[in-house]
Parts: sequence; structure tokens; C-alpha cells
Amino acid sequence: MEEAIIEVKGFRKTYDDLVAVDDISFDVRQGEIFGLLGPNGAGKTTTLESLEGLRMPDAGSLQIMGVDPTRESRKLRNIIGVQLQTSALPESIRVDEAMNFFCAYHDVDPQYELLDRLGLGDRMRSQYYQLSTGQKRRLALALAIAHNPPVLILDEPTAGLDVPSRVELHKIVRELKEAGTTILLATHDMAEAEEMTDRVAILLQGEIVTIGTPMEITATGVELTKVSVRTVNSCLFDKEFSFPGVSQISHKEKYVIFFSEDIGPTVSAIIDTIEAQGDTIIDLRVERPSLEDRFLEITVGGNTQ
Amino acid sequence: MKAFLHHFSYEFRTGIRNRQMLFMNYLFPLGVYFLVGWIMAEINPLFSDTAISSMAVFAIAAVALLGIPDPLVNANLSGIFRSFKINGVPSISILTIPGLTTSLHLLVVVGIIILTAPPLMDAPLPTDWLGFVLVLLTTLFSMVSLGLLIGVIASSSRMTVLLSQLIFLPSMLVGGIMMPHDFLPEAVQKISLILPPSHAMIAFQGLAQGMETFINPYTSLFILLAGGILAFGLAVLLFNWDPHNRTSKGHPLMAILAVLPYLIGIFLA
Repeated sequence: MEEAIIEVKGFRKTYDDLVAVDDISFDVRQGEIFGLLGPNGAGKTTTLESLEGLRMPDAGSLQIMGVDPTRESRKLRNIIGVQLQTSALPESIRVDEAMNFFCAYHDVDPQYELLDRLGLGDRMRSQYYQLSTGQKRRLALALAIAHNPPVLILDEPTAGLDVPSRVELHKIVRELKEAGTTILLATHDMAEAEEMTDRVAILLQGEIVTIGTPMEITATGVELTKVSVRTVNSCLFDKEFSFPGVSQISHKEKYVIFFSEDIGPTVSAIIDTIEAQGDTIIDLRVERPSLEDRFLEITVGGNTQ
Repeated sequence: MKAFLHHFSYEFRTGIRNRQMLFMNYLFPLGVYFLVGWIMAEINPLFSDTAISSMAVFAIAAVALLGIPDPLVNANLSGIFRSFKINGVPSISILTIPGLTTSLHLLVVVGIIILTAPPLMDAPLPTDWLGFVLVLLTTLFSMVSLGLLIGVIASSSRMTVLLSQLIFLPSMLVGGIMMPHDFLPEAVQKISLILPPSHAMIAFQGLAQGMETFINPYTSLFILLAGGILAFGLAVLLFNWDPHNRTSKGHPLMAILAVLPYLIGIFLA
């Protein structure tokens, strides 16, 4: 097993009477992209900000590469790069000045090529207030990774980004992972989490309700897998067939849709039946429940199994 | 050091590039200087005797008390300090660098006043330049520290206006800037010593212009210095990175301790 780079043990944080995070534990391993998912107010940002040293935990321990964020803030600065959910820069700071400014405090040379890659090359002399929301997010990301931190913490990194910027950001994040950077990512975007992360933890009302790979999490849900079949002669339409694992059947356009809880035997039986009927498959699609389906099942339905 | 210089250079340029700051640092104090200086010289010939020190103290008080706090409060409320913290910008830089750059802008303003007041208002130059520089630097330190302290403890822009005006407006009325202390009733003279500009005016008149003052100018200089040290120390102590998550080591009400040297000054007079 890879070494744990981020360790959270029994972390608890309250704001007056509100328990924002209640006794959560997880770790993030070397080179992993770990997603923190949850609805608004679930405790994602509190967890991230405590790891960044911006908030003091009420109980539990937090460590990033052996550094306690609450006590060793100076050491922490050079091992983490952070893109905050709500961060800002002075209105009149120029893009190139911001790069110079933060790189100087990290004692590294300015990484102007990062600004080019993130589509800010032609905005170098623009002041911060002149940037669009997406450009501000991209600048925040460039500043977060300019000092090549081994750990990157991203809070809603693609919020407000257009599609090309989002694709470029995902590409950069993947490259960073390949280079060995450990990434902790909080997002509302389930497709992003499913696509980008190695493991995720779903937080609900300050507690981790499930943790695992996106595949593991989607596999444990009660949502049924959808099998859509279209054949040349529509042999599945008029007759009532019974397939193993199938609990519901519906029709849409020229497709018959089966909802199965045991996908392997269902698909085999469907194919055998079509062949036995002398028909030919035009299209067969298997759609497993997505992370978003599972997320909604947990957060709306309360199913944590 | 490299980071400090980058920060300083950026902050200084911002003081000119940002229209609001350009107005506060240069246009407002110089505009008032030319306007008020001209009017006062016309209606009160004695004003020209103290025009340089009066207008220098006015400029310093205006820029430090009205110009420094608001950007600090806005930066804190908008999350700029959080960005600074996670990138390793120390709190001491966040306070000292705007203080130093504002002081530098003010030195330029005071330089313009020194160069233009004699031909425009027939104002005499200081008789003791060493004394003038000493009082100027101490006044800058004292007022800028007070401005920083207000910026640190105020919870909103509205609050900065209230706190700043609490010192600035009475200073204009009874601080010896527009009207010499000698013209004030004795009780008001004494009470005016609660205001830093009063001590600045006394120190300028006594140590830079060789004029008689109603309290020892060295006492005023010492009170300004003590007030500056206390205000700056309290600003560092009470500095908070995050408006929604108090991390400072004391309660904002502790800022009232910065008045202590001036209170003592009243009893010394």
C-alpha cells in the first residue's frame, strides 16, 4: 500500500452550537487523487481549511507529510498548494505581479509558462479586477501549483470555468498526478469526481457516510443497472420474457430497457434469447448507476449501505 | 528579503495605480493643502508661520487615518489575507508594508508642501531641519500605526469611517492644525492632548520652528513615539487572518489601550 501523505484522525470542528465536522478519519495516499464529496454544509470546506491551517480543529489530529497544519504553518506552506473556494487577490495586482509575488514568498522563480498553459498568457498585464471569474480561478490554480508542491488541495476547482478551461485543468491535474503530486479535491461535480479521483469520501452532515473508489461506491448502491437493447426484428417487444435479475422493463423508441440487479446473468440471458429468436442485435447498452446516482441515493435517500 | 522587496514594490505601485489610493495618497491631501492653505493664508496671516507643519500634520493624519484602514478591512473581508496566509505571507508584512509605502507617499507629499509653501504662502522653512525630520518620522510612525490598528480592529468599512473620524475630525478642530492651540480655551487645550495631531503640532513648533509651546515639545515627541509603538504592537497582536474565524490573540477592545500615552499626556500638561 502507498504511504499515507494526508492523515485525518478523529477530526471534529464546531462553530458555536453547530457541529460542522464530527469525528471523521481518512487518509490520502502518495500520488492519489482523493475526492471529498457532499452537499453544501457537509463539512468539506471546513475539513480542507483545517488541513490548510486556516482553522483550528476542536479535536482529532491532522497531518500532511508528517506536518501538523495547526502548529507548523511555515513548513506547511512549501509542501501544499491551495486553491481556495473563496479566495481573492488585491483588485489592482497584475497577473504577472501576482505570480512574482507568491513565487517570491515561496522562494522559487516565477512560472510564467503556467499562465500561458492556463490561457492567461495574453492577460499578464491585466489587473485582477479586469479578469473574468474563470480567469480568476485559473490564476488561483496557477499560483497554487507554481512552487511545485507535493500536495495540492483544490476546493471546487472547476466552478465557473468554461469547457475548454475545464478540460485543460483536468489535463493539468492528471499530469500533476503522474508526476507524483497527491491531490485532495472537494467538488460538487460528480462527473468530475468519477472521472478524476482514485477514491472518494462522501460527507453528510459532518460525517463520512461512505469511502472508496468511485466504482466501489456505485457498486454498493441499490440503484439498478440499465440494459437497453435494440434488435433488427424487435423480437423483445411483443413477447413477455423473464430474465434473471430483472425487476422492471420499459420501452423507449425502438429500445427495450431492462433494469437489473445482477447484470452478468441478465445480459447473457438477453443475448441467448435474441439468438434463439433468430433476431440480430443492433445496439446493446449497459449503464451502471453513476456516482451522481449513488450520491443522490445517499444524500437524499439516506442510504449508506 | 526578496519577497519583502517584491511585496513593497507592488504595494508602492498600487498606491499610485489604484485610483482610490492615488486620490487618498496624493490628490486629497495636496488638494486640501492648496485650497485651505491659500484660504487660511488670506484670512489669517499668522497661519503662514506654521503652514508647513500644519499642512504636513494634516496630510499625515488624513492619509494615515482615512486612507490606511479601509483597504485593510476590505482585504480581510474579501479573503485576500486568507490567500496570503496559505502562500506564506507573514502577518507582519501585511501590516508593515502598507505602513512603509504610505509613509513613502507621505514623504513625497510633505516634500511638495515644503517646496511650494514658501513661494505660495510666504511660509517660513523650519529653523531646525534635524528636529523637523525627527518629528516628521515620529508623527508618521504614530499616525500610520494608528491607521493600521483601526484597519485591524474594524469589522467593516463603515466602522473604519466611524473610528477614523473619531480622531480625524476633532484633530482638525482643536488639534492645532487650522487654529493654533493658543487660540483655544485652556481646558480645550488640555483635552486636545488626547489627539495625536496635537502632539505632532507641538513637537513641530517646538523642535523644528523654535516656537514656544504650552507643553514641553520633547514630552509630545515621546508621547507620539510611545503611542506609535503601542498602536503598532496592538495591531500585530490583534491582527486576524479570517473575518469569520477569529485567530488573533486578543479582543478588539484592547485597541483602546493605544490611547494610554495620550491620556497620560493630559495629566503631564
